[in-house]
Amino acid sequence: MTPRASDGGRIELTNLCKRYGSGPLVVDDVTIDIASGEFVTLLGPSGSGKTTTLNMIAGFTEVTSGHIRLAGKDISLLPPYKRNFGMVFQNYALFPHMTVAQNIAFPLRERKVPKAEIERRVAEVLELVDLVGLGRRRPDELSGGQQQRVALARAVVFSPSVLLLDEPLSALDRKLRQNLQQEIKRLHRELGLTFVFVTHDQDEAMALSDRIAVFNNGRIERIGSPADLYRDPGTRFVARFLGESNLFDGLLHADGVYEWRDHKWAVHAPDGAPEDRDLVVRPERLRIAAAPADVPPNANQAPATVTGLSFQGTHQRVDLDYGGGVEGCAVVPPDEADGLRPGSRVIAHWDPRHQSLVTRG
Amino acid sequence: MNARPWLKIVSVLIGLFLTVPTMIVVPMSFSASDTFRFPPAEWSLKWYESLFTAPQWTDAILNSLQVGLIAAGLATVLGTAAAIGLSRLGERTRGLATGFLLSPIIIPNILIALVIFTAFLRAGLTGSLFGIALAHTALALPYVVIAVSARLQGMNPVLATAGGSLGARPWSVFRKITLPLALPGVLSGAVLAFVISFDEVVIALFLQSPTATTLPVLMFNSVTVQIDPTISAASSLTVLVVSVPILLAQMIGARRGKRERQR
Repeated sequence: MTPRASDGGRIELTNLCKRYGSGPLVVDDVTIDIASGEFVTLLGPSGSGKTTTLNMIAGFTEVTSGHIRLAGKDISLLPPYKRNFGMVFQNYALFPHMTVAQNIAFPLRERKVPKAEIERRVAEVLELVDLVGLGRRRPDELSGGQQQRVALARAVVFSPSVLLLDEPLSALDRKLRQNLQQEIKRLHRELGLTFVFVTHDQDEAMALSDRIAVFNNGRIERIGSPADLYRDPGTRFVARFLGESNLFDGLLHADGVYEWRDHKWAVHAPDGAPEDRDLVVRPERLRIAAAPADVPPNANQAPATVTGLSFQGTHQRVDLDYGGGVEGCAVVPPDEADGLRPGSRVIAHWDPRHQSLVTRG
Repeated sequence: MNARPWLKIVSVLIGLFLTVPTMIVVPMSFSASDTFRFPPAEWSLKWYESLFTAPQWTDAILNSLQVGLIAAGLATVLGTAAAIGLSRLGERTRGLATGFLLSPIIIPNILIALVIFTAFLRAGLTGSLFGIALAHTALALPYVVIAVSARLQGMNPVLATAGGSLGARPWSVFRKITLPLALPGVLSGAVLAFVISFDEVVIALFLQSPTATTLPVLMFNSVTVQIDPTISAASSLTVLVVSVPILLAQMIGARRGKRERQR
């Protein structure tokens, strides 16, 4: 199980579309180039086309149009059993009539690997996923977390070039989920395979991925590293879906002024005609001041009413109401929220460098 | 339980109503009398001797076993394949196809017998054991479909998909994943198919010939032509052959269910 270099696990999707019968496009012109060894997450709400895209990569769903290439070769028409991809399913999909070791040996048997070699490799992956000694158990004698480890072991034992993961953690409770997240990250590091991970959980996507492709209505709305997408979401949908935000629906003027209600804020924006844009400020970039005198010069500011406070240990969360149905929140160091009560009138302010403009679409 | 004595009493009465007529035939088969009498005045095993030595009876028993096994084998293979096919259809087509496959249960046997008789006349299949077995296959098919479908419905369809993702070809997926998991349904379907064929009389009557007479047909003939108490022994044998496999299947199923629940 040596890490593989080269282009062996490169997956290119070009203009991929899927339509059932004469219905609407479920996947609409998806193009993405996944490098060998990369960890890419397809993130989106249910019905956004992310799972259909994964199923097309796996070969379970026929492609309506477009191409899927693995290491440069078109595999769009190859049946799943010839694609040689590992796959981990939401509900583990372990074979209940086989032991753990038989489950893991299954893909090797199908490939006619010699018996001694099978035994060696099963023992090896059992160790890799920390399940030594459980080979003779039946899947239903294991906990959910252990079952998903078996599924992981079974999906990588035949050294596939790509591992596809379809919401593998969603059936687990929160603590186990974090535990297995680390496990998946470690496996990715140790095996060096390409990982294509589908989830609707933004925290999972941010914690694991090299790049995230945010799906909306069958299209990739935006793709980039977690930090880039968080800092500069680009569209209102991504801003809302990825992390929390204070989102103002104002107007961008050509002279570098953003107007929201009767406030005028400074923006570093390219020149152009007035545009409807949303202005986004992330909660940890927002500061709270009790009086106008406390707001630093050059900061953008908006008055707000505190609607809720919750102590989170490392920080304090302050829920804010800007009036007119616009709500948001700030995350501040615990002592900065001293003296605030629900109903307090405050001034939320931020450095213009920490805001970001997104399209409304 | 004790809070509802009536429920108990009614259940017992219904149970007796269903089983007593069948059970009366058993003591009668051990009677020494040459006519049907209940209760028997004297006891003997002579009707069993007649059943297992008279050529016409032994031939009929062997014929029935043969027909039953062929019908069960064919119905199990076809019914299992049909159930798997049904499980992959879309909802609306599945409803229609299921209705079609289950129709032999609803259509009166006498009608089926007439139609099969005319069709087999042309095909030259009347009067042959194989013809009877084919007709019984059609009759038993719905039961196999029901038994296997029930099992498949409880099975996670992702398992077959997972098999494919792990490199197994469709045939391999069927042999190593789908079939082993559906096996309890397949086996109970096979038992039902055999039992249905073994005591079927209407179709077998139409298709009979001197060389193709099944046990129920011979029993029918011997009641109408002459009074031969051997049929009480034959009836007892039929009850045994029909109920033992079903009871066994029930017991194995119950034990398996208990084990699965314990986990």
